[in-house]
Amino acid sequence: MNFCLTGHIRGRLESFTLDAELNIPAEGVTALFGPSGSGKSTILKSIAGLLKLENSSLRVFEKDWQTDREFLAPHKRPIGYVFQDARLFDHLNVEKNLVFGLKRSNEKDQLLPRDEVYTLLGLTPMLHRSVRTLSGGEKQRVAIGRALLSSPRLLLMDEPLSALDRQAKDEIIPYLERLKRRLRIPILYVSHDMREIERIADHILLLDTGRVVGEGPLIDILSNPDYPFVGSDAAASIISGTIRAYHASDHLTELEVKGQAFLLPGNIGEIGSRHRVRIAASDVSLAKEKPSKTTILNILPVQVHEILPSDEGRVNVTLHLGDTDPVSLVARISSRSLSSFDFKKGQSVYAQIKGVPIIERK
Amino acid sequence: MIETIWLTVKLAGLTTILLLLLGTPLAWWLARSKSWFTEVIGTLVALPLVLPPTVIGFYLLLALGPDSPVGQVTQSLFGTTLPFTFEGLLIASCLYSLPFVVQPVRNAFEAIGDNPLEAAATLRASPVDRFFSIALPLARPGLITGTVLGFAHTVGEFGVVLMIGGNIPGETRVLSIAIYDYVESLQWTEAHILSGGLVAFSFLVIFITMSVEKKRKARA
Repeated sequence: MNFCLTGHIRGRLESFTLDAELNIPAEGVTALFGPSGSGKSTILKSIAGLLKLENSSLRVFEKDWQTDREFLAPHKRPIGYVFQDARLFDHLNVEKNLVFGLKRSNEKDQLLPRDEVYTLLGLTPMLHRSVRTLSGGEKQRVAIGRALLSSPRLLLMDEPLSALDRQAKDEIIPYLERLKRRLRIPILYVSHDMREIERIADHILLLDTGRVVGEGPLIDILSNPDYPFVGSDAAASIISGTIRAYHASDHLTELEVKGQAFLLPGNIGEIGSRHRVRIAASDVSLAKEKPSKTTILNILPVQVHEILPSDEGRVNVTLHLGDTDPVSLVARISSRSLSSFDFKKGQSVYAQIKGVPIIERK
Repeated sequence: MIETIWLTVKLAGLTTILLLLLGTPLAWWLARSKSWFTEVIGTLVALPLVLPPTVIGFYLLLALGPDSPVGQVTQSLFGTTLPFTFEGLLIASCLYSLPFVVQPVRNAFEAIGDNPLEAAATLRASPVDRFFSIALPLARPGLITGTVLGFAHTVGEFGVVLMIGGNIPGETRVLSIAIYDYVESLQWTEAHILSGGLVAFSFLVIFITMSVEKKRKARA
């Protein structure tokens, strides 16, 4: 894999020692996931040069940002930084905040035209407002726009949604998804909320008490029993597919995943475009034979792949869809169903998906 | 009388300008530096708040007098020493009013914290750029307070002027000295005009500054 950033961040934090080896892919969104206080923000600050940890090293875009002898000043690093608390400049209005970095960067490095950034983030109506009058979600959108306009080659986002309430979060996530599709630069996204990560990340770096304990494509990590996600009560799987049709009379979009049709409510996007769907394990149930009398729309033929140890009467079962290079699904069923139906590894069963899966929209 | 008023305004104005130019970087350093030495300097800057003006005047008289190294330099360069000149008075005023400018500006810088400055650094602003584009505008209320206090405090100084300036018309005879003189020689009318004028002036300056700040805040 091609990395845009490699490095080793070391340092003593309050309760543990940070010793994280970093390899950040040159493409897509890489999530830095870990519990609060696991060193995520410290790593991000070190990458930005806001914090200088001795004995650390960083090499980004083939240039040394930090070695034993060198330390590149933060304002010389081509990054964009979105802080948890927006950190807009109170003495400037929205537009002046937005162009603060733009004025200080090279025009030819521009990622996107200014107007497009304004449109993508819905900023145009608020340009002349004072930043003090903005809501939390609006502030964070301005902060993202401000970072993008400074022509970064790497975007660092430090829990950009964690200070927001549920409503504001839901308001911002679609903007992030749109940005992700439009931007060509790698994004390092720090979060302790798996729900956010499942919606926007491509890769994930798991951090625990200052160490990287796992890394890889998000889809693989989510279904890998070596990591705590697939066995948990919040387990989910992410599958991606291509839109084949929109059935206007039923308001359903047909997404093709491994030759199987997957029906989703609403008009999701253009025919031929790729989208990913998050399916919660608790929305998936299993049947030995294809159920014929049911209101559930999505019933997929799958193979039982692995049965994970149960907790409190529930058990998570990983399933494979497709024979070659299968897609993983997780079902959370009761231990009683498991024993009465006697599901076994390799067995062909039917997965019924109820509820409305969360999908990336354009 | 006009001469006295003009001299006072000139002294207070120049003192304030000098203190803003020198005191602001000093306040920035005091607010940002983490060395143990910072508090030593911080204490020295605050000393004029507690010392009797006569003490400052006394040491300045010695430090600037003909027997001191500074005195010898000024003697050989300009053929005179600083005590009992306008320039000497200006230096004394700067020292005496220093904490009144540095303290509020330092507090304002400290209140800004690291957050906006870090954000500016990630937006390609160099340290000098951050000082001018972020720190100074955000410290505006502190700068205004410092300006008003520095000016007003210099207008009101008495002890230091008496020690180092004396009472030379057009050179060192400022309002406070003139009022003292008028009272001593029982010229009540003149004393009333100057004193009343000072009260009105001080009230207006403080009132206008406060109103302007309040309006600005309400607008933002």
